[in-house]
Amino acid sequence: MRIADKGLVDRTQRVTFTFDGQPVHGYAGDTVASALLASDVKLVARSFKYHRPRGVMGAGSEEANALITVGSGAQQDPNIRATQQEIFAGLETRSQNRWPTLDVDLLAANDFAAPFLGAGFYYKTFMWPKAFWEKIYEPVIRRAAGLGALSRQHNPDSYEKAFAFCDLLVIGAGPSGLMAALTAARAGAEVILADEDSIMGGRLNGDAGDVGGMGGADWAAKAVDELEAMPNVRLMTRTTVTGAYDQGTFGAIERVSHHLANAGGRPKECFWRIVAKRSVLCAGAIERPIAFENNDRPGIMMASAVRTYVNRYGVAPGKAVTVFTNNDSGHQTARELIAAGVHVAMVIDSRRDAPDSGDYPMVKGAEVCNAGGRKALESVTYRTMIGEEKVATDCLAVSGGWNPSVHLTCHMNGRPVWREDIQSFVPTDGMIPGMTTAGACQGSFSTHAALREGAAAAGAALEALGMDAGAIEVPAAEDAPYNVTPLWAVGGKGRAWLDFQNDVTVKDVKQAAKENFRSVEHMKRYTTQGMSPDQGKNSNVGALAVLADATGRGIPETGTTTFRPPFVPVSIAALGAGAQGDGFAPQRFTTSHKASVDAGAPMIEAGLWYRPSYYPAAGETTWRQSCDREVTMVREAVGVCDVSTLGKIDIQGADAAEFLDFVYCNMFSTLKVGRVRYGLMLREDGTVMDDGTTARWGESHFVMTTTTAAAGPVMRHLEYVHQCLRPELDVAMISTTEQWAQFAVAGPKSRELLNTLVDEDIDNDSFPFMGCGEITVQGIKGRLFRISFSGEHAYEIAVPARYGESLYRMMVAKAATMGGGAYGMEALNVLRIEKGFITHAEIHGRTTAFDVGMGRMVSAKKDCVGKTMSERPGLHGDEREQLVGLKPVGPVKQLTAGAHLFDVGAEPTRENELGYTTSVGFSPTMQSFLGFGFLRNGRARHGDEVMMVDHLRGVTTRCEVCDPVFFDPEGGRVRG
Amino acid sequence: MRLTCPNCGERDRREFYYVGDAVALQRPDADASDVVWDDYVHNRDNPAGVTRDLWYHEGGCGAWIVVTRNTVTHEVLGCELASKVKEASA
Repeated sequence: MRIADKGLVDRTQRVTFTFDGQPVHGYAGDTVASALLASDVKLVARSFKYHRPRGVMGAGSEEANALITVGSGAQQDPNIRATQQEIFAGLETRSQNRWPTLDVDLLAANDFAAPFLGAGFYYKTFMWPKAFWEKIYEPVIRRAAGLGALSRQHNPDSYEKAFAFCDLLVIGAGPSGLMAALTAARAGAEVILADEDSIMGGRLNGDAGDVGGMGGADWAAKAVDELEAMPNVRLMTRTTVTGAYDQGTFGAIERVSHHLANAGGRPKECFWRIVAKRSVLCAGAIERPIAFENNDRPGIMMASAVRTYVNRYGVAPGKAVTVFTNNDSGHQTARELIAAGVHVAMVIDSRRDAPDSGDYPMVKGAEVCNAGGRKALESVTYRTMIGEEKVATDCLAVSGGWNPSVHLTCHMNGRPVWREDIQSFVPTDGMIPGMTTAGACQGSFSTHAALREGAAAAGAALEALGMDAGAIEVPAAEDAPYNVTPLWAVGGKGRAWLDFQNDVTVKDVKQAAKENFRSVEHMKRYTTQGMSPDQGKNSNVGALAVLADATGRGIPETGTTTFRPPFVPVSIAALGAGAQGDGFAPQRFTTSHKASVDAGAPMIEAGLWYRPSYYPAAGETTWRQSCDREVTMVREAVGVCDVSTLGKIDIQGADAAEFLDFVYCNMFSTLKVGRVRYGLMLREDGTVMDDGTTARWGESHFVMTTTTAAAGPVMRHLEYVHQCLRPELDVAMISTTEQWAQFAVAGPKSRELLNTLVDEDIDNDSFPFMGCGEITVQGIKGRLFRISFSGEHAYEIAVPARYGESLYRMMVAKAATMGGGAYGMEALNVLRIEKGFITHAEIHGRTTAFDVGMGRMVSAKKDCVGKTMSERPGLHGDEREQLVGLKPVGPVKQLTAGAHLFDVGAEPTRENELGYTTSVGFSPTMQSFLGFGFLRNGRARHGDEVMMVDHLRGVTTRCEVCDPVFFDPEGGRVRG
Repeated sequence: MRLTCPNCGERDRREFYYVGDAVALQRPDADASDVVWDDYVHNRDNPAGVTRDLWYHEGGCGAWIVVTRNTVTHEVLGCELASKVKEASA
């Protein structure tokens, strides 16, 4: 029910939204919770396990009951706190965890089965039969117990990630946060002030007290105006700082457009990483409930939340409000209710020495022991020395004291300490390097203390930054002491709730202690206390007080569970913003990409690159037809293939040759200028790292190529070898992979094709096999390497990347006139298998130079990375699995990669395994499947027959072991 | 986590690639004993406290950096260019 002329909502702007399909009216500035309360909707949710009727309990992010689903279809967001969701016209909200409706929830039957559903119930009951858990028990339990549901559709909303930097991060914009921000900003510091609410001011907006001679909310608004006008201040509303990390890094989630009917292109949420030189935590405190029988009835709320609804939203949460408190803040609620014209039925104070008041009826030394009314509170029963009394009431405001929000201070393993006088855990200094705490989050609960400490904390931060705070004037405000007498749970037989969100009761915690789960961490896991989305913000301390009592220990000895990030739930969509679909990984395209796509080539991923698989010609219906044609085309005419994805590293310096001698196992200092050599690179442990060709462009200038997959790792390795092992060498290197477009031109007509495009004459003298040099293509300077990965007379031609596409299109067009054309990865693979060339399928990180038949390449004349370790026993010899070629010789003609090798007649079991296959392909040249494998002592077994068994695909093929070079072993064709 | 690259200044850890103990800088001679090589390639301490490890500023200047940090407090105690450290030890 609305209170006339009260609150900060805009009464001129009426807003209508829906809750469970019914229209609800509110005003701009309302949350779903305040609008529902204003419309006297008490029942807003069903509880997690027992499906108990629940109402709004709080007014902030700690809300345990009022979780709703916002939106519908693919865009629905479950588990949104109704106390934070601002309303807008057309907003669609729904209650959760009920069937068929919120009012008639058949699953509430669980509540009557409660005696059987306590802590440990699942562990004890669903033990057997074992197979039932996954198929029957779990699905049934999941359906009955739970929160909101995901849409199971692709989420079309956009999310964002961002970085921000500042001198001082102020977390929380209540009185201490505003004062800290003002102090630091006026001194010229770069300040970020973050607050999770839609308006700044914290409790100043929810309470009625004055600050600096004006209303608290007015003072807050004035402070925000001043901060907003300063260029060195960034105000971040709707932004919850979720975690404190190393070196002043903080995570924060901003709810960017959850409150907008039309996001106008804005993301829904943004996950921030804020880097701050110093920080001030002004996170405030969370009021805690008191456990008593049926203390979860809709209409039982936190006393401070009742004040917030009255003062900020102008909503009376009940017609006759009762207050139950063990400290002075309950009385503040009663006073402010009366000032707003709301009837206070009674104040029940558990303290015998509670302060007197003439404004409202009060009983001292009394405890509320039960609440009546299932879907809405109708009465409460309180117990005094002389007996029990019932009060008719529709709203109970409870205050069990305050828990400082110490969460962030604990994120780097610090432990808060117990303060007996305020019955709360508080942070200690230095728990987060560079962070100071101020106000209620360190147990200083008066408004003046908050303002004072906020200013002081900012002053200390400024000093650490080498800045001067100047004279700080703290405005006048209430400075009342905080008097509290502990009361955690009222005795009684019925169920009294601690964790409302996970349905954990006092009885459950006692049961845990009884079954010897006495450590707070064990109790938590046994009862699920504090394991719901709210992470026990308002219940953990109460639960451990009950545990302390049950185990006969004090609260400090019992200790707290560990607070970990995030402080509030963070959607995975925000953390992974930008990483959906194409954004999952960067995409790298060659200059010929479009030409290949135009030609109908299916593009396949090669690391981050996309490369053409094959180029289908008219009439071809399978990839094999295209591949076979392309292989034959290269063997008989000419083919063109983009090889720009191979890593290209430019290496220069007086000691470049010596450097290469050290990183490659074979010799490069003897290579002549204008010549190219194949090189094999080892890891320090003696296994092969990568291979490729390196050209000597000048006396002190080399051009290295790496495999596509290892381009990054090899670059990193070269820098490592130089900087960490051989810094004395005069050498420098840079990746030029993306600067050059490079194409293989392979086949007997390759030279003929190049001579039509290149200005210079290319012949066996100017470009002999393994020669290289500069060329000119229609006036453009390029590079030509006579190297071959196919066994054919072949070249690789490189031009600056911007000319890549046109050169590619020209060459493919020319090739077509000569009976050739483009070839893709499939053909490239078959060509290299025919010729016995290895790739990372063979040098996969477990094979040595010896294994791949290149043991003699490891030069004896010099040291190199990996040399010493490659000579270890066990890395060479008969027992090693050695590279061999495989040809089918039996009735089955198929080879598969990843299959295992066995002796003919041997049982195909793990014990008998002699090796495995790595690469296979159908060779149109040899008219047979060909494969590579690693076979124990394989080089001595050429001519033997072995069985290839692929257990996964059910293929068993009899093969002949042979040399891995199947085609043109004399190498006459490359020299042609 | 933030690291201060000696060339570029303070940067987020996402710009860096981590490899491991800076003992990698002390590569043995080719003819050192098997035990020395085994130690160098395979054996690493796992200290609770101050450690020195190698990071590569892959998303920045390409410098290899020796980072001294405390594995218990997560404090970063220093960042030096690996080439300088290696040259000083040579």
